[in-house]
Amino acid sequence: MMRYFQPEFHIVRDPARCIHCGCCVRQCANECHYFDEDGKTVLCRDESCVSCQRCVCLCPTGALRIEKFKSDYRESAVWTQQVQKEICRQASTGGTLLSAMGNPKPYPIYWDHMLLNASQVTNPSIDPLREPMEIRTFLGRKPDRLSFTKDKKLLTEMPPQIKLETPILFSAMSFGSISLNAHRALSAAAKELGTLFNTGEGGLHPDLHDMGQYAVVQVASGRFGVHKDYLNNSAFIEIKIGQGAKPGIGGHLPGEKVNVEVSNARMIPVGSDAISPAPHHDIYSIEDLRQLIWSLKEVTEGKKPVCVKIAAVHNCAAIVSGVARAGADIIAIDGFRGGTGAAPTRIRDNVGIPIELALASADQRLRDEGIRSRVSLLAAGPTRNAADVVKAIALGADAVYIASAALIAIGCHMCQTCNTGRCNWGIATQREDLTRRLNPEIAKERLVNLVTAWNHEIKEMLGGMGINSLDSLRGNRLMLRGIGLTEKELSVLGIRHAGE
Amino acid sequence: MKKVIAKENLCLNCRLCEVYCKTAHSKSKDPLRAYLNEPELQSRITVCGDNQKSVAVQCRHCDNPKCVEACITGAMQKDPVTGVVTCDAEKCIGCMTCLAVCPFGCIKIGETAVKCDLCQGEEEPACVKNCPNRALVYLEMGGKADA
Amino acid sequence: MLKEGQVRIPSGCAIAAVIDTTGERFSGETIIRSIALMHDRSNGLGGGFAAYGIYPEHADSYAFHVFFDSEEARQQCEAFLFDHFNVDVSEPIPTKKVPSITDAPDIRRYFAKPNKVRMREAGLDEAEYTARCVIRINAEFEGAFVFSSGKNMGAFKAVGYPEDVGEFYMLDRYKAYLWTAHGRFPTNTPGWWGGAHPFTLLDWSIVHNGEISSYDANRRYIEQFGYKCNLQTDTEVITYLFDHLCRHHGLDLDVAADILAAPEWDEIDEMSPDQRAYFTALRTVYGSALVNGPFSVILGSNRGLLAINDRLKLRSLTAATKGNRAYFASEESAIRVVCPDPERVWAVSGSDPVFIPLHLSKED
Repeated sequence: MMRYFQPEFHIVRDPARCIHCGCCVRQCANECHYFDEDGKTVLCRDESCVSCQRCVCLCPTGALRIEKFKSDYRESAVWTQQVQKEICRQASTGGTLLSAMGNPKPYPIYWDHMLLNASQVTNPSIDPLREPMEIRTFLGRKPDRLSFTKDKKLLTEMPPQIKLETPILFSAMSFGSISLNAHRALSAAAKELGTLFNTGEGGLHPDLHDMGQYAVVQVASGRFGVHKDYLNNSAFIEIKIGQGAKPGIGGHLPGEKVNVEVSNARMIPVGSDAISPAPHHDIYSIEDLRQLIWSLKEVTEGKKPVCVKIAAVHNCAAIVSGVARAGADIIAIDGFRGGTGAAPTRIRDNVGIPIELALASADQRLRDEGIRSRVSLLAAGPTRNAADVVKAIALGADAVYIASAALIAIGCHMCQTCNTGRCNWGIATQREDLTRRLNPEIAKERLVNLVTAWNHEIKEMLGGMGINSLDSLRGNRLMLRGIGLTEKELSVLGIRHAGE
Repeated sequence: MKKVIAKENLCLNCRLCEVYCKTAHSKSKDPLRAYLNEPELQSRITVCGDNQKSVAVQCRHCDNPKCVEACITGAMQKDPVTGVVTCDAEKCIGCMTCLAVCPFGCIKIGETAVKCDLCQGEEEPACVKNCPNRALVYLEMGGKADA
Repeated sequence: MLKEGQVRIPSGCAIAAVIDTTGERFSGETIIRSIALMHDRSNGLGGGFAAYGIYPEHADSYAFHVFFDSEEARQQCEAFLFDHFNVDVSEPIPTKKVPSITDAPDIRRYFAKPNKVRMREAGLDEAEYTARCVIRINAEFEGAFVFSSGKNMGAFKAVGYPEDVGEFYMLDRYKAYLWTAHGRFPTNTPGWWGGAHPFTLLDWSIVHNGEISSYDANRRYIEQFGYKCNLQTDTEVITYLFDHLCRHHGLDLDVAADILAAPEWDEIDEMSPDQRAYFTALRTVYGSALVNGPFSVILGSNRGLLAINDRLKLRSLTAATKGNRAYFASEESAIRVVCPDPERVWAVSGSDPVFIPLHLSKED
């Protein structure tokens, strides 16, 4: 059959460097590299290359390079190559376009339009190497006030609080969408870092049963793997209403990814499609959500905080307020650039709003209503580095969820084809020959290193601002200034412009 | 003594251990020059299997090595201190008796017998150092250094 | 140039305080001498005092001290005051001409009790009703600023050096059992009378040296509960934090101090289980009320005097006692100039608030 569109990428093999060791041949699950008939000479083809960079990273002589496939179309700002390719692909298949990871379109990234403050003269900066610098974070509903006996014994009953040693949690990624080895790495890293990982909607694999105390266990519309022990074997419970990458859309784990292990964790038959409906079919309203929140609290005897995760959509500030009043202890807001294992391309690229704006308006709304301390706010989708984390907290987040950054730390190169199940890095796949490539021990170390490095940077930035506790940064928007933003953007973010 | 342990559940079948073994035993210690200029070079480690299941195999440096016992010239020796079994190319006449008796098939044929020497002098053998997935680890395994 | 309230202005300072724990009243001459010694710590752009026990003849009335920028502002504000309070006395606050103090606004005081009908309609207690009225005047009445609103106490402040401000208000003629004083060194301000310290609400008064880096976190926390931080100053937000924690949440002053200047987690982790539970609860629930950055704060109140220092001890604050009196100042010399032979002198520690309670007899 004739193809109407060119490959995305072009593999460049430097003949002067290739030693024909065949490493690339054996590592490419997309079969872009192959041996000639002599069984010795390595050749390659571009069609199925997704630029995952696996071959480039492993090539011992640096003989490989991936380029964009360049065949210039007549220039048009309207009918770009990408637009035409998508049309051709749909004309060939008749199907919805699928892609993965977050929205790649060049919408404004507000993190990059906010600058942080530092102390000069009137207020000394603090050296984190000399002075304690506190980033400990507690998640959970806070009582409006405390009361004590005369000898300072606490009279108020404290709702359950989750103590974290960093304001960074690993966000929801299900076993099924990612490999068991990835889950092992995330859970072990969470344990070492004093933070949490998130089961996504895939349940908890029996091998990770002992890691439950470091797990946020998700209850999503498919209810996969949800049972009483699962809920009780957790740090807290997260009801997933929506996901930033695909607001309003459910999930679909294809049957071929449902092997024995996945089927056990999800409690579904091997080989069956795991379909998460778009809505929870027992939540058609806020009062229904309230019922689910309270039934989860009942089944865990009130010992587990309940989080509700929503996608950042146009009226999310009002939704967040409603969810807080419905009894959620923690609310996670997931921005439209958040990642996913698979999403319809059109949804991924066009639905939802940036997390920066959603977070700023939700935090302000909760404060306007005087109920900010009732809930903890988690920002997700995405924070790319420690500066993003600091800015998110200054806007009002209690902590942030990271997922894409965590995956990149363990090998992901954002090729955006998780949905194919052929992840050459052993992350977003269930194929045994591929999952083996992710050594959980190495991956754990890399995750621990990443978050440790960010912790150091957060402390450095806090010290520069003359702050020695993250508590004093939370919602401290005077520490932010906008750069290159309109009056409206500044007012939604609740910050002033640089120089003001 | 310290030995190289291969973990098959982590082996990627990338066979980079072979590339780096050859490089480490080349004159130039550079992979390109090793492959271009020294075609006779042999890897002393071999990955067996395919992507579905693979494992790297190399000399086990046995407590009582059959190869040493069988060597007719005294070229094959187990170092009494380190326990490493090596073949002295000066003495080896290439009769390949060692190859015939090795229970693991870890001796290669060249002009002389070629085998793993645990990259003597290095802190870690090249195969271990360069394995991208820590499928090869260098561990103290006990056993006799003295043959 | 933007004035205070339109922009946040950092400033450095000198602070001082004297209390007689038996409630014996003494003239303002002592505190003026103490703060005057630290002349170089201020730059003439703000000075002020708070005095407790000065209006025994009006002890049951709220004493409002108000600045008016214009006759029109006064008329509007008085209309509101007379509508919401039963005002017994309305008079100018006596001042005398001092060459260095210029551009004085119209400075008046009112002794008033809440209008009971309106108060009941609002369903508020006396203190809350009064506090809301004060916050409303300061937020909504252009050109009017209530700078003191407690009972049997008053704040006196101006743009100028503190010793000149003391002379301007003739504070040697007032007698109080608790005096606090402040000399200001703002880094960028045209100087506004309302921006000088102390900042007060009801019986609380705050003098403060430092620049808190947690300002906006504290502001956005406290504004949830009906406060409006119009001045954008540290003193304002610290005053509101104390008012909120003590009056609305019913916490003792020392508990409020433990919230604002909480110990570090490293210390808390080493404490006894009861203490750990106490501080963990405080920091978990009131994390947004933690005050960060360099500060030394003296809080005056009708319960006594509280001095706190930031956790890293980045600002100086010395305390001393002799007999029934306790003295505080940014510099020890400012204590010794009025009390040459104190019984005990110590530096206030970062994690150890000092509270000097007032032991008034019932009759007082």
